[in-house]
Amino acid sequence: MKSRDAVREQVLLSGNEAIARGAYEAGVKVASAYPGTPSTEILEHIATYEGLYAEWAPNEKVAVEVALGASFAGVRAVASMKHVGLNIAADPLFTSAYTGVRGGLVIITADDPEMHSSQNEQDNRNYAFAAKIPMLEPSDPAEARAFMKIAFDLSEEFDTPVLFRTTTRVSHVKGLVSVGDVGPSRVKAGIEKMPEKFVMLPANARKRRRELERRMERLRAFAETFPENRIEWGDKGRGFITSGVSYLYVKEAFPEASVLKLGMVYPFPETLIKNFAEEVDEVFVVEELDPFIELHVKALGVACRGKELIPPFGELNPYIVRSSITGKKRDDLFEPVEIPQRPPNLCPGCPHRGIFHAIAKLGAFVSGDIGCYTLAALKPLAGMDSCVCMGASIGNAFGIEKALGKEALGKVIAVIGDSTFIHSGITGLIDVVYNRGFTTVVILDNRTTAMTGHQPNPTTGMTVTGDYSTVIDLEALCRAIGISHVYTVNPNDLEATYKILKKEIERPEPSVVITKYPCVLLPEMRKRKDKPLYMILPENCTGCRACLRIGCPAIEWVPVTEEEAEKLGFKEKQKGYARINAVLCDGCAQCVTLCKFEAIVLDESERAER
Amino acid sequence: MTRVSVQSGNVIFCGVGGQGILLASEITSFALMKAGFDVKKSEVHGMAQRGGSVVAHLRYGEKVYSPLIEPGAVDIEVAFEMLESVRYLPYLNKQSRVIVNTQKILPSPVATGVERYPTDVMEELRRRGIAVFPVNAFEKAADLGEIRAVNMILVGALSVFLPIEETAFFDVISERVAEKFRNVNSQAFLKGREEIRMLQEVSR
Repeated sequence: MKSRDAVREQVLLSGNEAIARGAYEAGVKVASAYPGTPSTEILEHIATYEGLYAEWAPNEKVAVEVALGASFAGVRAVASMKHVGLNIAADPLFTSAYTGVRGGLVIITADDPEMHSSQNEQDNRNYAFAAKIPMLEPSDPAEARAFMKIAFDLSEEFDTPVLFRTTTRVSHVKGLVSVGDVGPSRVKAGIEKMPEKFVMLPANARKRRRELERRMERLRAFAETFPENRIEWGDKGRGFITSGVSYLYVKEAFPEASVLKLGMVYPFPETLIKNFAEEVDEVFVVEELDPFIELHVKALGVACRGKELIPPFGELNPYIVRSSITGKKRDDLFEPVEIPQRPPNLCPGCPHRGIFHAIAKLGAFVSGDIGCYTLAALKPLAGMDSCVCMGASIGNAFGIEKALGKEALGKVIAVIGDSTFIHSGITGLIDVVYNRGFTTVVILDNRTTAMTGHQPNPTTGMTVTGDYSTVIDLEALCRAIGISHVYTVNPNDLEATYKILKKEIERPEPSVVITKYPCVLLPEMRKRKDKPLYMILPENCTGCRACLRIGCPAIEWVPVTEEEAEKLGFKEKQKGYARINAVLCDGCAQCVTLCKFEAIVLDESERAER
Repeated sequence: MTRVSVQSGNVIFCGVGGQGILLASEITSFALMKAGFDVKKSEVHGMAQRGGSVVAHLRYGEKVYSPLIEPGAVDIEVAFEMLESVRYLPYLNKQSRVIVNTQKILPSPVATGVERYPTDVMEELRRRGIAVFPVNAFEKAADLGEIRAVNMILVGALSVFLPIEETAFFDVISERVAEKFRNVNSQAFLKGREEIRMLQEVSR
């Protein structure tokens, strides 16, 4: 395949911006995704280009199905998601390898080694092997753009979807990128009926299965001469086989060594690997997470060392690579000092905070889910007992209930966000109704997909391009599937919220409590002019710390010495008092009802005029 | 495109989510790029924000491979919050320069009274031979009437140690910052430079 990559200028782009740019330059017409770190910005940036359609799908499975449909219609299409999202989309993914494509189809998986913002660090290169789909893996933003264009060409040339793998240190790295213009598309858009290719009945699928093997054979041959599978000859003592960001760490740690860099991590260029190995004294495979390349190199009968030296978990860096290979650790590094940790926290004014305080009073097992509210699992709220994957809260709660029978009544509650509920919570709730459960489900509706940066979703009535759309009514949706007890409350009213939860958790029927209040970081909430400010009267504060239990960043404990305590007229044993930081207080008033001594009051002084 | 003395460098920006760390590292990256350097900047989004510790790695040079700085290899650390200045100690070395915004933001274990904010944080750095440059950026920003200018004050302070002309930064400010904030950002940048110059005078 010849490079037709005309370059116009150099700009500083993140890997995700560069992927979006590459998709645009490749002439993508349809893009679909579900937000998830570190993939989110890909679709957000694609959506800023003219002449294409971009959308947030309700989940990753739908995103891949939409992109595949667009490909059936002869246009170039892309779906993007985080690594765990590909699990949701695995069903259409595997069979799309059988159907192949008409317009180029690229499916992007953004993996998260080190789990900066994820529940696991699965290595999605394994999907390429399992689904028999070629996979490209760029090392930096410049390659991210260039590889996207290659991916679409490959997809059409070999009649296959192409997997595109990035990791946090490619997606969220900014670097210099050469950008170009939109190239011409090869396929003509329009309806073309090809049932033997697109209808995967067993009779057709068996034929396509054989075609799939022939395709992989052609791709293996292509891999041998693919320019992005390249050898950089250097000193032939050590030879490194590597890909993705690990390539950059190898270049940094062993600038003189010979390197075989795989731009396509599946299928493998077997002859190239064997030839490379013959020329060097010792072969090392450097890769993050699984021994994916290593196992395949070993399967060729090529001796190499990889995971016996390189850690199989977490991110690498040049130091880890160098010290793992040489066995020499530096002894001159400063040791870390013990200082208080600074974990992420729910924001001041977050409507999720009070609800977890109310739930805690129920003493129930809290079956949690994925979103900002997962942070409520941390101290001091410590308000979540399980969190597995998108939508799991409801199924997990229902499973606990079925395991314990009537004994579970009043002891289990599921909590799930608005976007997560639409993503895959609704099916769990249908199970509860259909199989006669009594699960209580709390939908934390903050009017946005907050954790990933405030993407709109089907319950917000807004699309990714800012257009108005139909608002999915959560109350009506729950009633329609057969839930009779659906209530909406303002979670900032802690007492009312607690009362309704107490009643519903003991009801031997399923119920849904929607706690509805917008995320305070939404632009319209930030702009509020009438935000009240609260203060703590030190003379009323007894130092009981009740207000600190909700972990609001705006409430600070001020420790005092005995002398100071005496001066302040504190009773014996009072070791300090609580204070509200006026810069941080968002005026939600959740703390007011927690104070039994009426110490928290409206601040009507000058500092309150903000 | 004039390049002065140092041909490559590693800068770490650290602080608390919401302090404008990503923007500061972005503006610095653009200025270095304008001066003709290859640049790579690494950061983390998503759950790591939300008031938690935030760190960005910035590397520049003729050709930059790794987006991550390795332990012991930081030339300059810009700490947006005092406690955070020691969190990445294993990345520093005796020749590192550390610019510390002396502002304190209480981490949740401190705010809830479980732990205490350590005293003499900067002493931890000094007694290891590291050069510390304390800047009260929050107060200086308040003097300028814009507390959000903290990050530009720190960029100004950092710029003193970078091998590029200040005009590169002014170009970036005029290209990247909305017109109504340009003036205050330029002032903040100069204020940061002045603060470091003063500290250098004193130590001479």
